[in-house]
Amino acid sequence: MKTLFRRTIMAGAAMLALPLLAAAPARAATELRIMWYSDANEGDVMRDLLDRFEKANPDIKVVLDRVPYKTITDNLPALVSSGQAPDMARVTDLGGQSSYYLNLTPYLKDKAYWETNFKDVLPWVRPAGETDGVYGLMTQLTITMPIVNETLFQQAGIPLPGPTATWDDWAKAAKAVAAKLNVPIPIAIDRSGHRIAGPAISYGAKFFSADGQPALVDDGLKTMARKIYDWHKDGVMSKAIWGSVGGAAYRGANEEFSNGQVVLYMSGSWQFGQFAKTVGDGFDWHGVPNPCGPAGCSGMPGGAGLVAYKTSKHPAEIGKLMDYLASEPVYAEFHARTLFLTAHKGLMAKGISYAADKPQIKKSLDAAFANVKALSPVAFQLQGYRLNRVLFTPLTVRLNQAISGEMSLDDAFTRMTQDMQDGLKAAGAK
Amino acid sequence: MIRFLTRRRGNWTDWLSWGWMIFGTLAMFVPVLWLVLSSFKTQSALQEFPPSLWPTGQKQIVVTGYDKPLPVFTVPLPDGGTAERAMVRRIGIELQVIDPAVPDAPLRRVKLAEAVPVRELHFAIENYLEPLEKFSFGRYLSNSLIVTITATAITLLINAMCAFALSKYEFRGRNGIFIFIVSTLMIPITVILVPAFLVVTQLNLGNSLWGVILPPAATPTGVFLLRQYMLTIPDELMDAARMDHASEWRLFWRIVLPLAAPALAVLTIFSIVWRWNDFLWPLIVLNREDVFTLQLGLASFQGELQTQWHYLLAMTVVTLVPVSVVFAFLQKYITTGIASSGMK
Amino acid sequence: MRAALARLIDWPFEALQRALGAARMPYVFVLPNLLVFGIFVVLPMLLNIWYATTSGAELMPGQRPFTGLANFAELLDCGNYLNVASCRQDRFWRSVDNTLWFVAFQVITMVVLSLITALVLNRKMALRGFFRAVFFYPVLLSPVVVALIWKWILQPDGVLNAILVANGGQRVPFLLDPSWSFFWTVVVSVWAHMGFYVLILLAGLQAIPPDLYEAAAMDGTPQWRVFWRITLPLLMPNMAVVLVLGLIRAVQAFDEIYVLTGGGPGTATQYIVQYIYETAFAGQVHIMGLAAAASMLVGGVLLVLTLLQLLASARAKQ
Repeated sequence: MKTLFRRTIMAGAAMLALPLLAAAPARAATELRIMWYSDANEGDVMRDLLDRFEKANPDIKVVLDRVPYKTITDNLPALVSSGQAPDMARVTDLGGQSSYYLNLTPYLKDKAYWETNFKDVLPWVRPAGETDGVYGLMTQLTITMPIVNETLFQQAGIPLPGPTATWDDWAKAAKAVAAKLNVPIPIAIDRSGHRIAGPAISYGAKFFSADGQPALVDDGLKTMARKIYDWHKDGVMSKAIWGSVGGAAYRGANEEFSNGQVVLYMSGSWQFGQFAKTVGDGFDWHGVPNPCGPAGCSGMPGGAGLVAYKTSKHPAEIGKLMDYLASEPVYAEFHARTLFLTAHKGLMAKGISYAADKPQIKKSLDAAFANVKALSPVAFQLQGYRLNRVLFTPLTVRLNQAISGEMSLDDAFTRMTQDMQDGLKAAGAK
Repeated sequence: MIRFLTRRRGNWTDWLSWGWMIFGTLAMFVPVLWLVLSSFKTQSALQEFPPSLWPTGQKQIVVTGYDKPLPVFTVPLPDGGTAERAMVRRIGIELQVIDPAVPDAPLRRVKLAEAVPVRELHFAIENYLEPLEKFSFGRYLSNSLIVTITATAITLLINAMCAFALSKYEFRGRNGIFIFIVSTLMIPITVILVPAFLVVTQLNLGNSLWGVILPPAATPTGVFLLRQYMLTIPDELMDAARMDHASEWRLFWRIVLPLAAPALAVLTIFSIVWRWNDFLWPLIVLNREDVFTLQLGLASFQGELQTQWHYLLAMTVVTLVPVSVVFAFLQKYITTGIASSGMK
Repeated sequence: MRAALARLIDWPFEALQRALGAARMPYVFVLPNLLVFGIFVVLPMLLNIWYATTSGAELMPGQRPFTGLANFAELLDCGNYLNVASCRQDRFWRSVDNTLWFVAFQVITMVVLSLITALVLNRKMALRGFFRAVFFYPVLLSPVVVALIWKWILQPDGVLNAILVANGGQRVPFLLDPSWSFFWTVVVSVWAHMGFYVLILLAGLQAIPPDLYEAAAMDGTPQWRVFWRITLPLLMPNMAVVLVLGLIRAVQAFDEIYVLTGGGPGTATQYIVQYIYETAFAGQVHIMGLAAAASMLVGGVLLVLTLLQLLASARAKQ
């Protein structure tokens, strides 16, 4: 009995040790590895599409490594700069690492198709100084925009502000609704510099000086920052969102919103799919046009892109795969099933039949498309700027310190500028 | 009852002890229990306030004439009472409800604010089943086991050897080595992540389990702990064995190691816990799914903008099970180990 | 079979001893540990020094321009050391300040609670084994899980607030108020790590010879006197271990607090390791030089402290 027990253990140990000793399995076909993070079901959908690609191209095997988002932000840059990049990756920091991206142009069948359909977003993934070439495929276009709890408005008997309403109008209306129904949070804004950049642009923020150099703090930004600061003071915004974490950490208000505790939630188009699930029939919600300011009614575009790295040994296969994923039916299917906004001009014109039967989603997506059209050129310039997070992070961190009462708003502006310059200096940009 | 209470001398320290133990048990276990219960809640139930203790969902009922089960609410009746009614649809702030017993009756309108959802116990086991199906859970599990077991074995061996030398021999450089090792206790691994990563990739250990196993194996804590313990083992035992011409290795392997069992058990538990829960370092070294450990698999439920809490909590509970079981066994060993080790 | 296995392991070491002589064996024993240590800890630490004295965002050491002590100078650049707002790197000094407070509260709370718990667990009471396991259990949890659990409890919509509201109370912003937030980081950190220290102290208590207590009982010595004169002095070696390890762990507190509060509200619970981690990782541009310099400053201070402590306890033993 005892020996049997020992033998079982030994066998078990041997089995466990085997993978440590075994070399990588022999590969018959070309293997492409994609480093991929998921917010919701997009990994599953992508795997589905890749399975079909593999069936059509038996000599190419595509491995989809589903990694935590932290791997993409913290680890991938280190891998890339030490020459250990995967073949491809889904990234959100589109410009920061763009000097390592593979120029796909020579490997694509029809460059013109890419250029016509992805005209606005191709510059986002181009290395600094490049004006031509295809360096990646947007897997998702996002736009920041408010989502409202319409049922609360109805219950309070207060009409929704119209499409040209300003942020002040919305703040007033949301506050009135909240006061009437005893809802704790009139307005919630994601804790992220990117999220307040859109409203700031509507109030005249330029983010760049006349000679094209990044310049974070100007009168427009100050106006919007002061609004947010004041809103926290007089209860329009809750410290529960901006105050509950420190540093540069992102914090959304998904839970509060789907719990009916938020009247207006400034977030973005990526929330639609999740709210369809978590809110269910609880209340009516939908995305609305971005509120206006003197300089427009802008949000911020954004999104994730699939890029390839120069270090890959299989550029031709990557080109083939990219062509497949970008082709209209496949691209349309991916977006239909993930409820993502598309960056594809042709599909934008045609419209995508989304895999959601909820009227709220339909309404929200319509609003999102309208918001894309209303984007300010500054928003595109900022999103396309390679080091834009060097601007966003200090904005979040320092504004938050002012809101928490650790420093005055003016000190926060000084520190923001200083932090940005430190970042730019370290990055070797002026 | 009174006799029971006064049976022994009314020692107030006994009562205090029991009070502290019971408080401790609640403080230590209730939070974990809460996690376990929460892991059975649906995505929307997780976001409710006030949160319910038990995982509940809204009661659904099948009404003839409707394809899908309908959600049930408690609604006020015209006569002032309340009753359970199934909701057919919601229009703005009004619900259209139906009496499930009379499906042919015309729909009645009820204010949303007046309808209270009827809840019933509902365990969302799909939180467990779906990720187990979709993710290579078995692969993650075996990777985690390999890392934990191999790393613990290596850590125990090399730390014990080092501690043995540092505690039982006089040799040049001994104090220097000890102080040096202890001083690195101070360096949080977090701050040398990047250089350590560089070293690992230069050695070609990136995306290999060895890259996770080896670097943290020479734990200063382990050396420190074992050395302190081995200092208490009398040298006379070794001298006696030397008389019998035992080799130095035998002194270590046959005499000191068995006597250091309690400290080794402590280090074993720690190593297992550290390795099983290790996150930051594997995150840096491993970025291919086929070498992922459980903790990394768990983290991949966290996206840029959203986290799939329902999966994350469920899988967290799954990862808790093995450590808890291992602990349940080793805990006994430690208790008896400490008691019977004949510490002087 | 076991004997055969043992011989298999014994053999190479005995051969080594024959080749090198018994006097050199200690070096053989320390070698494997030092080798792993040297490659994976010391080498990175040396690289860290290089990072601290260079600037830029490049990862590869060869591509970073040497700037001497510029990073240290920037960290230490303050108008007035008593006012963090006057410092060039105000967040560094804020986190140093926070860390000092945290360490003081956390270590004291933990040592006192661990000692009480160990004393109780050392008594002969029913269910002793069970209680021992109970207090140790949180140590098994990963920092991420610890933070998750407490976040669910403490957030505005969490259980604790639900209980307060149900009992007619007001919601308390546990993680939104700087003082509360600080308080909870201490509590959570003690909760998560206490079991380890209880175990160490318990081992020490069990090693105290019972005849000492018996003698004291025969003399009719009061209990508190027994505690001060016998228990505490004999427990000192274990207390030293607890203090050193506890202090070090407290200074390094990062994972669970980072997930729990993210350093907030504002920077109220941002401790030093978080500053280093965020400077090195969180931004789009990884300012490795500053982070490495900060880590060396902190490491240096800690090193001195620990050596002083070890020296003091060594002298106390003599």
